[in-house]
Amino acid sequence: MSTYDRSMALTGQPPVMLSRNQKIATLVGMFGLAVILLAAFNINFPNKSLWLTISLVSIIGGAVWYSWDAYMHKAPGIKNDGVWFKSLSNQGFWGWIAGIALTGFYIILYFYPEYLGLVAKGDNKGVIGLFDPLSKALSGNPASQWFVYGTLYTVAILAFGIKFLWKYRHNRYERIRTFSVMFFQTAFAFIIPELMARLNGSSLLNGGSLPYYDLKNMWPLNYYNFEGYRIKGFLSSGDIGFAMLIFGIATIFIISPILTYKFGKRWYCSWVCGCGGLAETAGDPFRHLSDKTVKAWNIERWVIHSVVVFVTLMTTAVIYSYLGNDTSKYWLTKSSFLIGVAVLLTTVFAWVMLFKREQFKKDAIYGAIGYFVIIIALIGFHFYSGDGNVFLFKSGTLRKSYSFLIGSIFSGVIGTGFYPVLGNRVWCRFGCPMAAILGFQQRLFSKFRITTNGGQCISCGNCSTYCEMGIDVRAYAQKGENIVRSSCVGCGICSAVCPRGVLKLENGPLKGRIDSNQVLLGNDVDLMKLVNQK
Amino acid sequence: MENIVIIGNGIAGVTAARHIRKLSDKRIIIISAETDYFFSRTALMYVYMGHMKFEHIQPYENWFWEKNGIELVRGYVTQVDTPNKQVLVDGSRAFHYDKLIIATGSKPNKFGWPGQDLHGVQGLYSKQDLDLLEINAPNKEACKRAVIVGGGLIGIELAEMLRSRDIPVTFLVRETSFWNGVLPEGESQLINEHIREHHIDLQLATNLVEIIPDENGKVKAVTTDKGDTIACDMVGLTAGVTPNIDFLKASGIELGRGVKVNRYLETNVADVYAIGDCAEQHEAIGNRRPIEAVWYTGRMMGETVAQTICGNRIEYRPGHWFNSAKFLDIEYQTYGWVFGERGKKEFEQHFHWRDDKENLCVTIAFHKETKLFLGINTFGIRMRHEIFDRWLTEQRDVEYVMEHLADANFDPEFYADYEHKIVSKFNSDFGKSIKSKKKSIKRIFQIS
Ligand SMILES: Cc1cc2nc3c(=O)[nH]c(=O)nc-3n(C[C@H](O)[C@H](O)[C@H](O)COP(=O)(O)OP(=O)(O)OC[C@H]3O[C@@H](n4cnc5c(N)ncnc54)[C@H](O)[C@@H]3O)c2cc1C
Ligand code: SF4
Ligand code: SF4
Repeated sequence: MSTYDRSMALTGQPPVMLSRNQKIATLVGMFGLAVILLAAFNINFPNKSLWLTISLVSIIGGAVWYSWDAYMHKAPGIKNDGVWFKSLSNQGFWGWIAGIALTGFYIILYFYPEYLGLVAKGDNKGVIGLFDPLSKALSGNPASQWFVYGTLYTVAILAFGIKFLWKYRHNRYERIRTFSVMFFQTAFAFIIPELMARLNGSSLLNGGSLPYYDLKNMWPLNYYNFEGYRIKGFLSSGDIGFAMLIFGIATIFIISPILTYKFGKRWYCSWVCGCGGLAETAGDPFRHLSDKTVKAWNIERWVIHSVVVFVTLMTTAVIYSYLGNDTSKYWLTKSSFLIGVAVLLTTVFAWVMLFKREQFKKDAIYGAIGYFVIIIALIGFHFYSGDGNVFLFKSGTLRKSYSFLIGSIFSGVIGTGFYPVLGNRVWCRFGCPMAAILGFQQRLFSKFRITTNGGQCISCGNCSTYCEMGIDVRAYAQKGENIVRSSCVGCGICSAVCPRGVLKLENGPLKGRIDSNQVLLGNDVDLMKLVNQK
Repeated sequence: MENIVIIGNGIAGVTAARHIRKLSDKRIIIISAETDYFFSRTALMYVYMGHMKFEHIQPYENWFWEKNGIELVRGYVTQVDTPNKQVLVDGSRAFHYDKLIIATGSKPNKFGWPGQDLHGVQGLYSKQDLDLLEINAPNKEACKRAVIVGGGLIGIELAEMLRSRDIPVTFLVRETSFWNGVLPEGESQLINEHIREHHIDLQLATNLVEIIPDENGKVKAVTTDKGDTIACDMVGLTAGVTPNIDFLKASGIELGRGVKVNRYLETNVADVYAIGDCAEQHEAIGNRRPIEAVWYTGRMMGETVAQTICGNRIEYRPGHWFNSAKFLDIEYQTYGWVFGERGKKEFEQHFHWRDDKENLCVTIAFHKETKLFLGINTFGIRMRHEIFDRWLTEQRDVEYVMEHLADANFDPEFYADYEHKIVSKFNSDFGKSIKSKKKSIKRIFQIS
């Protein structure tokens, strides 16, 4: 027997139509996109600065007008009416169309930038040409496909950020967090690196030139940060360059563990990160599409941890391949580097097994597998690698396949292109090695948890449905357990949508953070002791 | 191996089954008529509003039951044959039981209004009611106005549902102010205003007289005791619920309004238990009602009866009362006892605070003489269950509660705090000079 809700299809449809203002606003936004599309077909706009301005203003204006009309006439509160009735947000026809369009855009962006008008020598044409004036104004250089992408990305975060701010205007956690991602995207990811490019060749950098560096983007999300050409760039750029290299290493080994300990991985994933920023703003209408099944959770754990192993090996191999065997080039040699990596991993592994075994439980086996794959590979590097070769591959090949498979296909084409089909955090959940590493810390060594409010849960399922990471929040809440999951990005939406005030994201003592006991309040105290006996 | 048969796959029956499974390997069969799988009744509204699909309000994936050895049978129990320890499903299939748990929940009240069985008239309790609502009120074109009769928690949910599809709603409430049988004056007033903010035509102190059909036997209008005739396409009857126990009349099991049980949740017949909405205590426990038709008590009774059935006979001893609801955009929580005008004890004194701008208010009940803290209602502010449970157990007085109110706040991070406003109102009302203490993680989590 099927519990499929047929009534939806049989009878009259609930209202999902757009209001007149919303329709006009959509048209305005579409007009802005059309300008860009026309440019892509090599329509040459006479005054590029003007048309680019018109286009970007229409896109932002359209989105902002739409949001105003959608939210500001209503009382503040949860605005999920009709989410599952709209074909854009219920994996219906428009959802698929949007998914296909976005995916197509990513494929062209990553693999066929010439169609966007990229010209290697000489003036850019098409879309990229349209963005030249803005790029020159910022960095002094002509635009590239990445500049176009960066601009549109920032525009999306700002426009849909405003939408999100209005949608959740009753919730200060959501508002402050959204200001934060809007700020980090605009300043750190977009403007600062472009301005930094102006310094290149200046005496401040001893005449060197810095690699393009979004300072908040740390390894392993920024998997190329320690590649040879970048290290050369950093080291050639005087004290500033050196400081940035040190900062790059410190972010992953010192700064992020401390912040994650204090606040959980949310400080990065939903307050700072650009991928998270896009997911939380432009991706917000699709957050409920994430798969909540236990099966999806199992797949998630295998895939994401494989990516961690992959990126660790790849980075080690890349660094290994440009290090020398003596200390003349870099003070670090090939073998001392490998030993260093092995010692670090062993320390982490041993520490976890000694002190955190209890909490690790079943996952220990995944950890152990990952650990041993890496160690054996390291030994392999050492014995079977020649110059430029790692194992049987060229380190360049390993790097290229990572960049293709993970950097482009996974994070871009699938991760963002499939927002309307798989939900807005597919990349963050299944692919991001940074999220996996922060998640590991969050699970084992952090004060962060989502506290369940005693016995107040009515098992309604809003929290699970709107969890973009596919966490079955209700499964914990209805048993009175706290939610301590490595994948939780701390977006706070589960807490916002809960109609009974059951969930609170907070930082508290480590003791009692994960109760695997059922601690439902409300019933007989002695009985609860019995229930909790294992 | 013992056969445990449970009638009803609601929160009560399913909780009992889960806990029996944890404690034993007895054979467990759940027989239920409404749906194949357990779903959260409290979330029905969100399906109509498009927040969730029906599958999302099922707390367990479909494989869960087989994996845990809980057998599900879809069917209606027509007869319980206690001498032979059998239940009869749909008049034909018989199941033998060693222990029987009755967890059949409630059904909506109908008070014999003329026209109450017309097309377009319905309650809101079951999955079938939800499906029916899709037919009676799919959108504002098919349903130009709906009238809701009965001002309780389900009535206001139904109003919110219909408003989410822009359907005009008239809300007839018998009381002079919304839910004031339960809520103190000020709170009830806040909700009256909020209902009207949502463009719901709230008619207080108004009773339904008659539902008038058109020529096809479908509702056309209602008349009220104020002499009004209101044209409408749908009537929602939400005037409370009664235990769903008619099928037990000939079973020999003692019935009152519900299935009569003792503190062990046992009925007068050996090996037959009743839990959840359909159970009626011989004597009310503390301030509770003999029939407690809420989600949480169904769950607690399920936990309790599982112990008894697995050999550890134990009384149903619910802890401090708590509950929660949401009135449109305003969340409501309660811990301990705060009574409205009707139920207020003579020693019960109230302190009430309402924010001058936002939809927030708090009422605290305490003992006139001893100042013992009795309970709190909050609107628009979330509170920490564990803290109030602790304070009630420790028998704190109202001044202690005022001083430490910040510890009890459960709003998301960065929310404005209202403790100083609340405390200064308390100070001026009662001539005190209490200073509210800053929130302390140490106190909240009891770490030294
Ligand atoms: C719209 C709505 C909103 C609510 N919101 C809240 C809330 O926010 N908070 C709260 O605390 N409570 C709320 N309640 C009340 C709460 O849902 C009930 O108290 C709770 O569901 C009762 O659970 P139960 O297991 O006792 O019975 P039920 O959930 O009613 O389950 C009983 C099941 O048994 C089946 N059954 C009955 N008779 C037979 C038979 N003879 N043979 C076979 N099967 C049978 C029924 O079809 C039903 O499926 C709400 C109720 C409704 C209707
Ligand atoms: S569990 Fe809650 S806070 Fe964490 S990712 Fe899911 S919705 Fe966001
Ligand atoms: S949203 Fe709240 S009440 Fe609903 S299942 Fe989640 S925690 Fe429970």
